[in-house]
Amino acid sequence: MDFNDTPKQAEFRAKCRDWLDANANIKDDSKPKSISSAAENDLETIIKRAKDWQKKKYEAGWAMLHWPEEYGGINASPIERIIWTQEQAKFDVPGSIFEIGLGMCGPVLMEYATEEQKKRYLPPMAEGKEIWCQLFSEPSAGSDVAGLRSKAEKDGDDWIINGQKVWTSGAHYSDYGILVVRHDASLQKHKGLTFFFVDMKSPGITVKPIKQITGTAGSGAGFNEVYFDNVRIPDSQRLGEIGDGWKVAITTLMNERLAVGDARGTDIEEALNLAKEKDDDGDALIKNQAVRDRLADWFCQASGLKYTKFRTMSALSKGEAPGPEASITKVVSAGKLQEIGNFGIDAGDMAGMLLDEDNWDPFQSAWLGAPGLRIAGGTDEILKNIIAERVLGLPQDPRADKGVPFNEIPQGK
Amino acid sequence: MNLDFSDDQKFLQAEARKFFDKEGGLLLARKVMDNDAEGDQELWKKIIDLGWTGIRIPEEHGGLGLGHLELCVIAEEIGRSLAPIPFSSSVYLFTEAIINFANDDIKAEILPKLVTGECVGTFAIAEDTKKITPNNITCVVDGDKISGSKIAVPDVGFATHAIVLVKKEKNLELRLVKLADSNVEKKLQKNIDKSRSFYQLNFNGCDSQKIHSDEDAWDLSEHLLDQAAVMFAFEQVGGAEQSLDMAKNYALERYAFGRQIGSYQAIKHKLADMYISLTLARSNCYYGAWALSSDSPELKLAAATSRVSATKAFQLCAKENIQTHGGNGFTWEYDCHLFYKRSKVLSVNIGSELSWKEKLVSAMEKMNTLENK
Repeated sequence: MDFNDTPKQAEFRAKCRDWLDANANIKDDSKPKSISSAAENDLETIIKRAKDWQKKKYEAGWAMLHWPEEYGGINASPIERIIWTQEQAKFDVPGSIFEIGLGMCGPVLMEYATEEQKKRYLPPMAEGKEIWCQLFSEPSAGSDVAGLRSKAEKDGDDWIINGQKVWTSGAHYSDYGILVVRHDASLQKHKGLTFFFVDMKSPGITVKPIKQITGTAGSGAGFNEVYFDNVRIPDSQRLGEIGDGWKVAITTLMNERLAVGDARGTDIEEALNLAKEKDDDGDALIKNQAVRDRLADWFCQASGLKYTKFRTMSALSKGEAPGPEASITKVVSAGKLQEIGNFGIDAGDMAGMLLDEDNWDPFQSAWLGAPGLRIAGGTDEILKNIIAERVLGLPQDPRADKGVPFNEIPQGK
Repeated sequence: MNLDFSDDQKFLQAEARKFFDKEGGLLLARKVMDNDAEGDQELWKKIIDLGWTGIRIPEEHGGLGLGHLELCVIAEEIGRSLAPIPFSSSVYLFTEAIINFANDDIKAEILPKLVTGECVGTFAIAEDTKKITPNNITCVVDGDKISGSKIAVPDVGFATHAIVLVKKEKNLELRLVKLADSNVEKKLQKNIDKSRSFYQLNFNGCDSQKIHSDEDAWDLSEHLLDQAAVMFAFEQVGGAEQSLDMAKNYALERYAFGRQIGSYQAIKHKLADMYISLTLARSNCYYGAWALSSDSPELKLAAATSRVSATKAFQLCAKENIQTHGGNGFTWEYDCHLFYKRSKVLSVNIGSELSWKEKLVSAMEKMNTLENK
């Protein structure tokens, strides 16, 4: 047991580090982390900074390490990707607005697009020239995303799309999107879906930012509603066969679950520092037994996640397939973030509720953002179903919509 | 990055699992409970024949000369099978104390006998319901004669020797006592888990031998417990995993309202919570195993983290295993209670969750940075 790189990995890490040293500034850890720091800046600046950084990486070969060379990658191994990510995380670089494109849309194109389309769309995606979004969730289809209702009707060589998507991160600045819609409501739920990619500048698309519980909207990787009003998509932009939409969507969702890992924000280290700093009637708050009990629990969770990740990396490092252990990451980290945020506010006692919107408190940001993280990319409940069904092998719930044509399934409002 | 056991260690673990299965699995613990025995003597003899009591003992003393990681994988299988043997008291505590602290003469005398089973050891620290602190120790040594009492001393029915934490004037010492000494009075104490046995020992001026040199015995004892905590945590992880497995199998075979109970989200989410707790504990135990095997200065933090995390996981999995089994889980006939009881005894045997949480937070406070989170 050791935490060391193999000589080959160490060499790769040094290569990453050299390039990063020459092209970015190392992070200043004395500044507290804030999950909404991006919101302080205007959108155009954020996008420009992110695009410039992505282009720089692309030109040096760091943008999409594991992609084949013809699409802008260097065929890197999974462990090399992790090493790059670890090293990049030590530097103060712009937050990525390309994660959805690169992490979810890219892999789908790679698997289902024509060679010509791959050559056209993947390199600009890797370079950051074109931004992609994912159009799946709908107002009445969240956890049960296959229950979506947006319609696709064939019209000659085109499809006409009508309906509404929701929770689309970055739709307001995206150039393209991947889209799953219902082409036949008389078929069973999963069988009537077809998958496309769409030019977000197409006539008939309206993007409306969602005002979130944080009070912010449309900034950073903010969420949107996207309306489709007779939007025309050529059949050549269909990915997979007609009726294979669910199969294609699952590829994306699996990639999403890998991409949505740690809920980032205030963690045990910040909680510990705060407890040392804050006063509890003359003593530091860390002297309070109730606080110590919670710090111990959060440390066990944070440490457990850290070494779970190390176990996954160990498997990848040996060229083995990792076990299912990483499936616990989001559900544990998002819950922990919410509790630590809550603690940070409590630590201020009555002053804890007071807000400084020009200089957001990281614990307040964590507490306000955490409910979203417990839902996005699979709710706690769906993730626990996945652990129960895929890891432990328990049966699915009986489903009232099984074998029923979609248009006969009972629906709420 | 290699946070995993080696192929040889995994092989040893697989062999250990097969061994306990073949010997009767949970029936072994049941037999001890039903017969009011103090452990399984036959099983213990076979363990000695396999050489496991000498895993960490250097080859010059007849042992296998292997590391702590080999002990960790065997500990997990003992936890899974609830094997009723004095392995933890004699191997994680007594043998480690001799290896770590004793002078060459004591080593040469005792270690070969631990390998052959002629000698079996235990560790006596607790005295009453008070927390174990230097101030609370009242067992005293005068010359080499010990007087006072210890409670909850494990496996005295097997043990030939004990290491006892005693006070000499203002200092603490760890002393070796022969339990056959007529001035040692032994009283079996009933405990929650009848597959394990614990004793009160009354020392009425019995002979003893100091095992270490000038170090403070409190620090030595704390270090010994930190090391042992990692191995106990592996036992707890083994027990937790077996409890989850039982719950899962029952949820698949039991039907209610016309369907498998494992198809209800109430049960699925319960089992998912058990899996999450177990996975965190296992990963923390690997951290503990790394710290233990690499003699890291992080051992205090890593041991407390493994211990707290594994204690929580085993207790959660054991109690929710009963809940998943419904009324059947509350019967003597079903095995759920064996794990429930073992989980409780293991959660307090070297100090409770509360005391290990305190050690954990103290260790956190002393770290300059909790890097890499």
